[in-house]
Amino acid sequence: MLADPVFLLAVAFNGLTVGAIYALVALGLALIYGVLHIINFAHGSLLMLALYAAFFLFTLGGVDPYVAVLALAPGFFVFGYLLQRFVIAPISFGRDTNVLLVTLGLSIIFDNLALYLWTSTTRTINVPYAQTYVDIGVTAVALPRLVALGAALLVGVAFWLLMTRTDLGKAIRAVARERQGARIVGISVEHIFAVSFGLGTAVVALAACLLLPTFYVTPTVGYAFVLIAFTTVVLGGMGSFIGALLGGLLLGVVEAFSGVLLGESLGQIGIFLIFILVLLFRPTGFFGQRVA
Amino acid sequence: MLAVDGLHAGYGALRILRGLDMRIERGEIVAVLGANGVGKTTLNNTLCGLIRPTGGAITWLGEPIAGARPERIVASGLIQVPEGRRIFPNLTVRENLELGSYRRARRNRDRNLERVLIWFPRLGERLRQQAGTLSGGEQQMLATGRGLMGEPQLLILDEPSLGLSPRMVDEMFGLIRRINAEGVTIVLVEQNVVQSLGIAHRAYVLENGVFALSGPAAQLVADPRLKQAYLGL
Ligand SMILES: Nc1ncnc2c1ncn2[C@@H]1O[C@H](COP(=O)(O)OP(=O)(O)OP(=O)(O)O)[C@@H](O)[C@H]1O
Ligand SMILES: [Mg+2]
Repeated sequence: MLADPVFLLAVAFNGLTVGAIYALVALGLALIYGVLHIINFAHGSLLMLALYAAFFLFTLGGVDPYVAVLALAPGFFVFGYLLQRFVIAPISFGRDTNVLLVTLGLSIIFDNLALYLWTSTTRTINVPYAQTYVDIGVTAVALPRLVALGAALLVGVAFWLLMTRTDLGKAIRAVARERQGARIVGISVEHIFAVSFGLGTAVVALAACLLLPTFYVTPTVGYAFVLIAFTTVVLGGMGSFIGALLGGLLLGVVEAFSGVLLGESLGQIGIFLIFILVLLFRPTGFFGQRVA
Repeated sequence: MLAVDGLHAGYGALRILRGLDMRIERGEIVAVLGANGVGKTTLNNTLCGLIRPTGGAITWLGEPIAGARPERIVASGLIQVPEGRRIFPNLTVRENLELGSYRRARRNRDRNLERVLIWFPRLGERLRQQAGTLSGGEQQMLATGRGLMGEPQLLILDEPSLGLSPRMVDEMFGLIRRINAEGVTIVLVEQNVVQSLGIAHRAYVLENGVFALSGPAAQLVADPRLKQAYLGL
């Protein structure tokens, strides 16, 4: 079976569709790390909040997650922007270690709030197209997974255009490396920090909407993803956006193959094996720059 | 166009500027001289809003700007080419120049880019190159070009000759003169006393937190007190 190229391709493709979600969550994390130089410990909690938002929009409002994303992505952008600008930044007094603690604190607050409001019940939604399979030649793929992969690639392209073709994107890259220089040309560093945090949060909301049709929500759902996203970010190189996307896709494939070899429930072992190997042999990741 | 009155600034308990008075008129080149660590860069950063003054007033084009946000000061045409250049090493030369018009003169970006490339043709050959890979002299040109992209009314140059070869220094001073001839008022912060006084109209000498000496450049060149200030004789 393992020598059958069709089967291998099928496994690889399935891995890519799972990796697409990892890639998006990691992209948000990498963006925030790349610009603010902090690990956002609240990232998983934000994913969890977005999943609940999509869940309740569906169950209470009858809004499909693919429609809800049109409101949730901008909504979470604004939420992330305000969170950074008016909560995280003022409490941290400009110290990176404080920022770290504040995001950790926020994640504890969000998680417990979710537990209190919505209990630990595992919730899922039922959409008809979750059972729709699309034949792509080597295998049949559930429609939502295909959509997720397409969306991740699209976001990658959009992101690249934003970063290279617009003043905002250039300003974000400028702030990432040379804050004082950015101030000197009249870039508001505080604004760019908040925009980056907002963008990272918006991408997480997008990931939530893509994930919900084939996944579930609990108050702790974010942890698994954030752990993988962190691995992805380390794998791709801290702060590298392309690295985060490619790393996410790759980890999806690794997970799929180790799932086949070791059994479904052990699939993620492969991911953490890679994490450790990368840290041992290439601590700057594959796309990261060595810090001078 | 710029008036500084009784300016105080520093870092926490460290008081660096202790009552500066300064006037800059439109069209001038004014040199600010002083030994290492005397507070020249502190003065620039205070004028540009990067450091909050602890006392005194800064009046720019008739408006008080002491303590204003840096982006507002840039938008009003007071722009600096900082010490250490502070270019964006991960961006291309072109992107660096483009960001020079992030806050100001955005509409004239293409026209100003052409103008800057006439002043600094060497940058034109390297537009797609990562700025971090430029030589020191080229980086200084890039930082200066980036400053000019914002159509400054007043351009503050903080040690533009630092780390340049003697030939590049000459080139730089020649360019500063040309930029000034095109209508940009210039504050030139330098340790290169002789050459600075050669192109400046007036100069201020910073010492112990105050301007110990000031006057027309031609007079200061001959002033024995300047030598004293510099050589500690
Ligand atoms: N961020 C800072 N925090 C604390 N002290 C500082 C800071 N920046 C500068 N200083 C101190 O303030 C004094 C003035 O520094 P400044 O950089 O303004 O001097 P300068 O005249 O520009 O010197 P140079 O000619 O070497 O560039 C120095 O003693 C310096 O050590
Ligand atoms: Mg200095």
